[in-house]
Amino acid sequence: MKHEVVEKNVGLMIIFIIVAISFGTLVELVPLMFIKQTNEPLAGLKPLPALELEGRDIYIREGCNNCHSQMVRPLRAETERYGHYSVAGEFVYDHPFLWGSKRTGPDLARVGQRYSDDWHRAHMYNPRDVVPESNMPAYPWLFDNELNGERTGKKMTALRKVGVPYSDEDIAGAATAVEGKLEIDALIAYLQQLGTLLQTRR
Amino acid sequence: MASFWSWWVIILTVITLVGISWILLANRKGGQGTTDQTTGHAHDGIEEYDNPLPAWWFYMFVITIVWAIGYLVVYPGMGNYPGLIGWTQIGQHEAEVAAAEERYSEMRSRYLAMPVEEIALDPAVRRMGMRLFGNNCAQCHGADGKGRYGFPNLTDDDWLYGGSPAAIKTTLVDGRRAAMPAWAGILGDQGIAETTEYVLSLNGRSTDTALTAAGEKHYQMYCAACHGADAKGNHMFGAPNLTNGIWLYGGSREQIAHSLRAGRNGVMPAFGESLTEDKIHILTAYIYSLSN
Repeated sequence: MKHEVVEKNVGLMIIFIIVAISFGTLVELVPLMFIKQTNEPLAGLKPLPALELEGRDIYIREGCNNCHSQMVRPLRAETERYGHYSVAGEFVYDHPFLWGSKRTGPDLARVGQRYSDDWHRAHMYNPRDVVPESNMPAYPWLFDNELNGERTGKKMTALRKVGVPYSDEDIAGAATAVEGKLEIDALIAYLQQLGTLLQTRR
Repeated sequence: MASFWSWWVIILTVITLVGISWILLANRKGGQGTTDQTTGHAHDGIEEYDNPLPAWWFYMFVITIVWAIGYLVVYPGMGNYPGLIGWTQIGQHEAEVAAAEERYSEMRSRYLAMPVEEIALDPAVRRMGMRLFGNNCAQCHGADGKGRYGFPNLTDDDWLYGGSPAAIKTTLVDGRRAAMPAWAGILGDQGIAETTEYVLSLNGRSTDTALTAAGEKHYQMYCAACHGADAKGNHMFGAPNLTNGIWLYGGSREQIAHSLRAGRNGVMPAFGESLTEDKIHILTAYIYSLSN
């Protein structure tokens, strides 16, 4: 084919470009959508209960994932500090995943049960109260905002469509489970379960 | 990975490598040197020489392709093919851990066999302990171990659950859960004010003897079971000494009243499941050394 044909025909060029850049996707990404290692939940993994699910959405809303990753890499320096390295099976119900790629603060993949609820409360209200050198912003409004649970069930229904096994009872009980709870309670409930499924001594 | 996806990866990778090589070689204008001939394209009066790719550039491309082939032979990349050296990410991590284990385990188990009181005097142990403390404890107790509001100071000799090595170790392994109930419902506003006054009087800060006398009755009925009749506290329940002027949740009149009204439920997380025994031993020695 003459070079000129491709250069002067934008439609054809678009097709060729897509073909050229698709190879990486096809080789590196597409198999992961189908193979067992990335699709099978870790033994014991359960979909997040209503309150934790709302907490996760607050985590996303406040942009926690901009500064905190949720991915312990298999390097000794990380497993010594955070615990067992992250495995694909822990994230199969995460939509979207919150692995992140930047650590202004520490990784949170295994933060669950590491600090008391009171610590999280104090820390979220004003991080400097417990960690004087911290540069994390304070989130005092989480202590005022109440959840109404209006959309919790709908969120679960949507997640069920992409493969998270919520039962009908989960969805029906979602609103009452979160009704009247404070956002801080939801966020702490979410944080306290992070990474607790895979515990090893380090 | 199922063999279908393995072959999918292998075939597509080979197609890519062959395709890139073909594009590189088929478009090569080898050996003709530079000329003044142009490609015939003209854009806004700008023309383009029709010269071959510089040789160094061409060979850089060749080298990357050869590198890719070598890489795919040695490392795992082609589907399920494990690569000549059998490298895996997890394998590398395990080797790192095993190397560290070999390097440190002998030393740690030697310390583990020695009593806490003894190794607490060893500067090397204290350095290790300080790092473990920085990573695991400092978030609540502060980098200097002096604690914060609601999180105990570990450098004084006032202990909620006991400051002996055994007690410290139990705290680390199993965690602690304080359970001071909320008294607002039982004592009422007046009762809270009276009991607060009595607690202040224990520290010589009472201003109203009538209130204090009434508060003492409440104290002996409700509080003495944990804090003791003499209010010196009880390590079994983690009930603080109320007479020494050290306040976990603040010692102002209002702060004391608030603790009485709402209760206090401080939690120390358990580390027995997340830290190995030898590290907990070293950490115990470090914490013991902070106040001894």
